[in-house]
Amino acid sequence: MLCQICKKNEATVHYTKIVNGDIEELHLCEQCAMNKEIEFDSTFSFHKLLSGLMDNIQGELPFKEIQTLKCPFCGMDYEQFKKVGKFGCAQCYETFKSNLSPIFKSIHGHDRHTGKVPVRANIQVAKMKKIEKLREKLKEHVAREEYEQAAILRDKIKELEKGLD
Amino acid sequence: MVKWIDGDASDEDVVVSTRIRMARNLRNYRFPQRMSIQEAENITQEVLNVMKDLPPGVNYKFYKINSLSPIERISYIEEHLISPGLINRPDYSSFLLKDDETATIMINEEDHLRIQVLYPGLNFEKAWESINEIDNFLESKLDYAYHDKFGYLTACPTNVGTGIRASVMVHLPALSIIGQVDGLIRGFQKIGLAVRGLYGEGTKAYGDLYQISNQTTLGEEEEEIIKRLKGIIYQTVNKERDVRNNLLSSRKYEIEDRIYRSYGVLKYARRISSKEAMQHLSNVRLGIEMGIIKDIGFKEIEKITIGIQPGSIQKYANRDLDNNERDIIRAKYIRERL
Ligand SMILES: [Zn+2]
Ligand SMILES: [Zn+2]
Repeated sequence: MLCQICKKNEATVHYTKIVNGDIEELHLCEQCAMNKEIEFDSTFSFHKLLSGLMDNIQGELPFKEIQTLKCPFCGMDYEQFKKVGKFGCAQCYETFKSNLSPIFKSIHGHDRHTGKVPVRANIQVAKMKKIEKLREKLKEHVAREEYEQAAILRDKIKELEKGLD
Repeated sequence: MVKWIDGDASDEDVVVSTRIRMARNLRNYRFPQRMSIQEAENITQEVLNVMKDLPPGVNYKFYKINSLSPIERISYIEEHLISPGLINRPDYSSFLLKDDETATIMINEEDHLRIQVLYPGLNFEKAWESINEIDNFLESKLDYAYHDKFGYLTACPTNVGTGIRASVMVHLPALSIIGQVDGLIRGFQKIGLAVRGLYGEGTKAYGDLYQISNQTTLGEEEEEIIKRLKGIIYQTVNKERDVRNNLLSSRKYEIEDRIYRSYGVLKYARRISSKEAMQHLSNVRLGIEMGIIKDIGFKEIEKITIGIQPGSIQKYANRDLDNNERDIIRAKYIRERL
């Protein structure tokens, strides 16, 4: 059998993959297989799987609404995302958030990260918690009409908020 | 060449190598598939700046894909030092390689960063320790894309969360001889592990070498993922060893004959395809693993296995070779080493 890409060399590498019950085959020579490998991982199996998945998934937002969403940072819309099966940037996650959980659940069995947290994110979380606490105190001062202390706290909160994203 | 193989290793009679890969992205750039060449350059510069602050004694060398020849690019893939995806868009991508070759930081593959650590034999402890250290170092200086609920954000939904892919390359000739490999693979897949051949997903296993890795990345802690994989690998290693022992007592002459014939072919052949060579190398490796062949070690066999691949053999010849020439030079390369 000849290689399906270059049609010159003997095909020695054989790919078989079951996608939605269909067997897809590809027979390549060593060199073409090496090149093919580059795009293989994603294009051959996963894209189709994901599109199929996304067609059948019921997210929080109805399809009509999610279709109108567009990532403000990279310009990716839902239709494109479905087609390429990849996010365009970190903001895409926030943009399509309402419909991601079912997708992640069907890929990973879960939709929430429980592993490592970057130290920086830890610092942010700590800051946010501190701000929350200060806000509560601020309310108490205001309730007790202690405006001087309230003003000091307000400045402190502003300062902390500057350091957040 | 292929320095990473030389490190201390355990369970090398079944496990060829242990690898962990981590996907990371920076917050303020589009992911590589959608970014401009300028963004690619900015990210590369940002990473290079950070790498200037490495502790003394830790050295990485920087390579741009577009400054490597096609043969060199493929050789790095064959040596398992970079992923095939990294050479897709040569003008965007580059990598930093640690001087002992145990760590690679790939820049602008599918994600902004792909960190990889690679050790011979079974060594998840060391692999996790080193990759975590590299990640902590980078994270202290770079603004990673991280989400409270989804964890580390990646271009592909299959990597989100931990972004971690732990894998081992195992040699399973005995299980293959008794026809149990396919069943084993189906079992792995049922419990959420991916099995690939030497060249990656979808490829048939050459030389009875299989890559086993975790399939999912979200919802489990990194060390949990690794622990689960390790448990399965231990079982597989023991199974393969049991079958080898059984074969040695029940089919001694058949197995010895098989091993020595392959040894003979490799020692004297004048032309050999990589597929044929891989099968004989697998048999010789089995001979070493069973204590039948004693004058050559695992590490030498692994180096030959890499050295005979299409890119590496052309790098060895120092020129482009057609298929026929490659088979001749491959045979010579093997003869010189056995
Ligand atoms: Zn071809
Ligand atoms: Zn986006």
